Amino acid sequence: MSGNRRLELSEVGDVTVVRFVDRKILDVTNIHELGKELFALVEEQNRKKLLLNFGTVEFLSSETLGELIKLEKKVKQHQGRLMLTNIKPEIYEVFAITRLNKLFDIRDEEAEALAAFSA
Amino acid sequence: MSMSLDEWIWQHEESFPSRTTDAKRLLESVLARLESENWFPHDIFGVHLALEEALVNAVKHGNKFDEAKRVHFIVRLSPEKLYVQVRDEGPGFKLEEVPDCTEDENLEKCSGRGIMLMKNFMTFVEYNDSGNMVTMEKARKRS
Repeated sequence: MSGNRRLELSEVGDVTVVRFVDRKILDVTNIHELGKELFALVEEQNRKKLLLNFGTVEFLSSETLGELIKLEKKVKQHQGRLMLTNIKPEIYEVFAITRLNKLFDIRDEEAEALAAFSA
Repeated sequence: MSMSLDEWIWQHEESFPSRTTDAKRLLESVLARLESENWFPHDIFGVHLALEEALVNAVKHGNKFDEAKRVHFIVRLSPEKLYVQVRDEGPGFKLEEVPDCTEDENLEKCSGRGIMLMKNFMTFVEYNDSGNMVTMEKARKRS
């Protein structure tokens, strides 16, 4: 997909699988850019099923969590579905401390999420 | 402070303009130092997260990226703990007015998530009364 600098996209059936280019989602500019690219998937490209694979992500901050929360809202507004997978234990700890593990649909592996999408 | 200065094995103080590049450089120097002292990766992850939040808060929310305003940074390392102080030149905030991000009704709108992460990953976190300075400590795990 052209125009995406922070994301790598692939498609499995009607599910868009998103991987992150940055191992550490840090810089404020990068986070903003990442958010814009994610929102465009929903608002401009009208993708309904999004799977975010965090396998490459080693670090994120509360700014990134804020962008993910906005994404989750946009997906809901567009009657879509969002799942997060392959989150490393220390990153999962960040989701658990902030209780965002209750807000997001988090699955261990990509295959498990793909099966849930098609169920 | 409970420790005498001669117990610190590394100290650094710096005031820098409100730019994320300077914040990042200082953050990386602290993490590199912890790595060279063989701190556990999980402790380093926690310090990384807390320091990132404190520095972003100072540069972005405190000083509003105004490069005429400076962020004042102090770091001290002993064999047993890390001490960090971050002060900005902004108006500060009232800690008690930051909503509890773990309440169900706040999950989606909360802005205090960074502070919550700092408190969870550090051993000690304290704001001054005006809310423009945070002092944090992380006790080193040995096993």
